[in-house]
Amino acid sequence: MKKLMSGNEAIAYGAYLSGVKVGSAYPGTPSTEIMENFVKYPGVYTEWAPNEKVALDVGVGSAYAGTRTMVTMKHVGLNVAADPLFYVSYTGSNGGLVIINADDPGMHSSQNEQDNRNYAKFAKVPMLEPADSEEAKQYVGVALEISETYDTPVILRTTTRISHSKSAVEVEPAPPVVEKTALPAYQRNPGKYVMVPANARRRHPVVEERQNRLTQYAENSPLNRIEPGDDGIGIITAGIAYQYAREVFPTASFLKLGLVHPLPDQLIRDFAGQVRELIVIEELEPFIEEHVKLMGIPVRGKEIFPIIDEFSPQVVRECAIAAGLIEADPVLSDTPATQLDLPVRPPMLCPGCGHRGVFYTLKQLDVLVLGDIGCYTLGAGPPLAAMHTTGCMGAGIGVAHGIDKAGVSDRYVAVIGDSTFFHSGINPLINVLYNQGTTTTILLDNRVTAMTGHQMHPGSGRTLQNKETIEVNVSALARGIGYEKVDEVSPYDLEKLSAVIEDHLESKIPSLIVVKHPCVLYTRERHPVPVVDPDTCINCGTCLDLGCSPLTQEEDNISINPMLCNGCGMCAQVCPTGAIQTDQTSS
Amino acid sequence: MKKIDFLMAGVGGQGTILASDILVEVGLQMGYDAKKSEVHGMSQRGGTVESHVRWGEKVYSPVVEKGQADYLIGFEMLEAARWTSYLNSTSAVIVNRFRIPPPAVNLGQKAYPSEQELEDYINTRAGQLQWVEGTAIAKDLGNPAMAGVVLLGALFARVGGTESAWLNVIEQLVPQKFVELNKQAFKKGQEL
Repeated sequence: MKKLMSGNEAIAYGAYLSGVKVGSAYPGTPSTEIMENFVKYPGVYTEWAPNEKVALDVGVGSAYAGTRTMVTMKHVGLNVAADPLFYVSYTGSNGGLVIINADDPGMHSSQNEQDNRNYAKFAKVPMLEPADSEEAKQYVGVALEISETYDTPVILRTTTRISHSKSAVEVEPAPPVVEKTALPAYQRNPGKYVMVPANARRRHPVVEERQNRLTQYAENSPLNRIEPGDDGIGIITAGIAYQYAREVFPTASFLKLGLVHPLPDQLIRDFAGQVRELIVIEELEPFIEEHVKLMGIPVRGKEIFPIIDEFSPQVVRECAIAAGLIEADPVLSDTPATQLDLPVRPPMLCPGCGHRGVFYTLKQLDVLVLGDIGCYTLGAGPPLAAMHTTGCMGAGIGVAHGIDKAGVSDRYVAVIGDSTFFHSGINPLINVLYNQGTTTTILLDNRVTAMTGHQMHPGSGRTLQNKETIEVNVSALARGIGYEKVDEVSPYDLEKLSAVIEDHLESKIPSLIVVKHPCVLYTRERHPVPVVDPDTCINCGTCLDLGCSPLTQEEDNISINPMLCNGCGMCAQVCPTGAIQTDQTSS
Repeated sequence: MKKIDFLMAGVGGQGTILASDILVEVGLQMGYDAKKSEVHGMSQRGGTVESHVRWGEKVYSPVVEKGQADYLIGFEMLEAARWTSYLNSTSAVIVNRFRIPPPAVNLGQKAYPSEQELEDYINTRAGQLQWVEGTAIAKDLGNPAMAGVVLLGALFARVGGTESAWLNVIEQLVPQKFVELNKQAFKKGQEL
């Protein structure tokens, strides 16, 4: 029987079928749904870790103990988890350890489009790359076998189009339930697992020797296969690019790689010998192409296909036509439609979102805002336009402190979300205090990781397995490390919010403002829709500065779309003529 | 088995993804190889959502190629027009007559194109265009969120297949307590 699954669902299913018992992750698009699906299977332990480094350390411990383990993250998450990746490459994993890494070519939901195949080469660990959901399912099991056979962590790389596309997956019989008898004792082996220099020096040759054995494996592995076609063009490809290439070059010969590191030299040589012209079709970096070139084999890749952005069938086709590899199809190269100005539709803060109150206030106060990554990054867009830097999670507080120490005259604040505060915001908060900075940090605390679809975090009071747990109190945490000025305020009381921010900006000590209200999209909190009195409304547009989608400028006055409005009443607070009336008491 | 490529376009929160989940499953039930692709993450925040669904003997790419869509199903008028480049002279377009003004329109900086302008623009490439009162019909039935299922009914009238396959999938994928209403929405769409 076949079942449609996204790549992420298939990975979770594959992990279950392969006996993975422990999973740890930090949510990040496009990887998030893997752990959300894995948690549904019987007999598995899963958790949201506060960040990817913690998740991978947890995974390492579980694997050291001999348990099959999966750790999942998005591509930039592996930057955070790079430290454990490199040590576990040296120590080996003992039990099966698969790291699912989801790249995001095209940056649908990311700050860069780094190609994490380079991490496999850099850390000297094998990397598998599935091209559809069925392969995603199967490759998890193969990755775990490689991990155990070669005593190495294995990375399984997806891209957004693999993670979020659905295709048919063969349903397998459920794995047998193994009753635990006695708990195994941890096998102590400090020479292998304590990476002091003396031990690490002994482990490095083991890593090099492992690479050689893995290269041999790559030559004969069914993960890499030649699909014979005509002897003109031969295409080396992997992942989603394989699917696009198959559409555009239906009769070509293919070397389809499932193991993208290490690469099979002899297989590549044999394939090159079977065709007249060798082409590599790969998204992002010329990872395979450079390897083939270093082997001295003539090949073309990035001179034909772009290094920037994700591919699509038409990108591959247009580039192939331009390079003279295929003929243009008259139907597809049809004349374009006449032009019509279609206003764009950028994502916005949801109607009723509390973050809106903070950014509206910060804009009114005209302060420099050093930001972070989450829903609230949407505060950078017009009309709020009240965020001036965004780099990575946890960055804003450190950047603010640097601006402070550089001695600029602007008033400034750091803004961070609650999930990213737990991710990597606590260290820079300590740094401000320790190094006698004066930064005011505004913590946008909505008690959930909202951007990626409402995952739990240490402040949510529930675990991934939906168990009740401690709710970390961020105000108490800040006071505990030595912050003397800590205030909590609602984002919906604009007057008070503005006064508190002003007060903190005036103070010359490091301070924290916790702007606290649960995410209304998550709690589904709603209030009656405010009413606009068309006689009082002077159509001044002040409320439109909130950037709230239900508010629309009509010819004579403002209207509120009741289907979209959440009834938060911020528009009524900012209306200078009192034309917008709320009935907050009847909520 | 001839390939059929569908593109569904709407605004976050309109149910585009549920409708595409139904459509790809119907394809599989009818014996096709079927794939679908969309990008989520930011979609809940009122941004553009586009979902690709492909049926065929053997489907490689989960993404429809420009100029290749056999059907474009627009959940919102402006969003339907945005994907015109995916159409060709034999494509059929079904559009929900429903507007959600984007921010620039709310702010009075840009005009929302008129229905005639959108129709003319889509018709520069499409073979056929059908306006559907999806949201209005769904609202009459008690829930405007079922507009997508009305559109699927209108699509079924064109694509064909066994009605029971479509209805079974709807039954599997919509929330239990709304199954009967959704079936009614599907019938309404079919009769248009």
